[in-house]
Amino acid sequence: MAPEEICIILTGEFGDGVVDTVLDACRPYAVVRVDGWSDIARFLRDDGRMRFNMLQCVTALDLLEDNKLAAVYDLFSVPVVGVGPCATLRQHFAIRVEVDRDAPHIPSVSGIWPAAEWHEREAYDMMGIVFDDHPNLTRILCPDDWEGYPLRKDYEFPLEYHGIPATTEHQLNSPRH
Amino acid sequence: MGTTVLQSGSDVLTDVEGSEQGDLRTEEMLVNMGPQHPATHGVLRVVLRTDGEMVLESVPHIGYLHRCAEKIGENLQPFQYIPYTDRMDYLAGMNNNQAFSIAIEKLVGIEVPLRAQFIRVIFAELNRIASHLVAFGTYGLDMGAFTPFLYAFREREMILDLFESTCGARLTYSYITIGGVHDDLPDRFLEVLDEFLDYFEPKIDEYNQLLSFNHIFVKRTANVGVISADDAVRWALTGPVLRASGVNWDLRKSTPYEIYDRFDFDIPIGLPGGREGVPRSVVVGDSWNRHIVKVWEMRQSCRIIRQAMAQITDGPHIAAKVKNVKLPDDEVYVEIENPRGQLGFYVRGDGSSIPARVKVRGPSFCNISVLNHVGKGCLLADIPAIVGSIDIVMGECDR
Repeated sequence: MAPEEICIILTGEFGDGVVDTVLDACRPYAVVRVDGWSDIARFLRDDGRMRFNMLQCVTALDLLEDNKLAAVYDLFSVPVVGVGPCATLRQHFAIRVEVDRDAPHIPSVSGIWPAAEWHEREAYDMMGIVFDDHPNLTRILCPDDWEGYPLRKDYEFPLEYHGIPATTEHQLNSPRH
Repeated sequence: MGTTVLQSGSDVLTDVEGSEQGDLRTEEMLVNMGPQHPATHGVLRVVLRTDGEMVLESVPHIGYLHRCAEKIGENLQPFQYIPYTDRMDYLAGMNNNQAFSIAIEKLVGIEVPLRAQFIRVIFAELNRIASHLVAFGTYGLDMGAFTPFLYAFREREMILDLFESTCGARLTYSYITIGGVHDDLPDRFLEVLDEFLDYFEPKIDEYNQLLSFNHIFVKRTANVGVISADDAVRWALTGPVLRASGVNWDLRKSTPYEIYDRFDFDIPIGLPGGREGVPRSVVVGDSWNRHIVKVWEMRQSCRIIRQAMAQITDGPHIAAKVKNVKLPDDEVYVEIENPRGQLGFYVRGDGSSIPARVKVRGPSFCNISVLNHVGKGCLLADIPAIVGSIDIVMGECDR
């Protein structure tokens, strides 16, 4: 199924829940409202026309100029023998959920795709997006007592961590880190 | 019975209070495995909650090799980032280079010359063999067999020699690059490669005789850590782990990238015991199948390489003008079939030559996340069998 058709189905089913569809991009995606995301996610997984049974990746984005954070969910339908009529579906689609930078809350989809559990922990760890109803939302790559969210564009590098020097003067003075 | 909530970083090695019922009480114990442990394949730490020999919970803790490669990607031009991709899955540097290169090529719209694509396929498959050889050898080590490791490294050495003759490096190649490959093949490369394949292919049977069908090895791995096909997809397991669960899914076949649609090869999937010489105690999705799928894949890789060698054409090995490219204000997500599963790169451009965001979807990261789900109720000695069969590389898990 073409991305256009997926967008038409989604808009028909959820109306205002779909904020925007970006089809001329290198990899098409739809932007959905954060409060309807759980229902849309379940629909994408269960609807016979799509059956997105595999959550490949969750990418957290920092949209600093819009004062927003975003999570991008890359979905794929993998044919599994004996699990529904998805033998012919081999499609890829992406959903983007944007939230306010000051209160970045997104409902967790780890109950829908267990694979999301670690991806969401990573997004929380690196970008500070809080996934509500996540079974264990703790840092995953950084130590528990790490401060700040390293992948945010306005992240300030720590000078030291438990006495270990972490940033050199040269790095602090360079315009981008 | 006392329970303990496991949280990373907390002091988990404390005693757990026992039950208060009479004599026949069992006591739960928390066992810390790793991060420095020979069977964890790198710096993986697993906290096991055990009741006697039974594992009730096995929680992986990762991040010991975290270097925030994604942040580095936001500070460098794409061609400068290629060496960092080598250091993610350091057993399959070529495939990592290839994944990132394809992502950038797709984003910018660079056409890769045909010869370069053939060279890429040859090196990606050679690296797949080299990576599976390490997996095969170290899995033998995990199960207490030392000899297969030496056999595997003997052949891997020859592949590394081939790599060295082409790009000078033996582990971190940075050979496959944006727009093609860094250098053309050296003289007589294809002849030497042909000799290697003639030598290597019969060795695969030897490996199976030595390890895969060894009675002790089968006892240790068959029907251990069974992952159903449905679970494998729900947990987004990919690569040999997914195929061992009986799902016929390989990106090289299902959504071909590069020129994989030109080659004729099979996708080995996990088989139930009793069929095609598979030991009777084996079930689909167990550790033995995860092991054997990798061995069978080596043979298919040889087939692909032979076809690529026969079809390779002359021409340039890299596209013109690939450095200092401006990345459009767009985003791309590309996955390719790495030896360990689907390696994904998300790249977002903002009009400058430096990406606004680089995200890596590591197959080891996703594959090891299922450990707690699979490890419930197995024996303590099965944990190394499961971890080893999932075949993780922490460099790419932690990035």
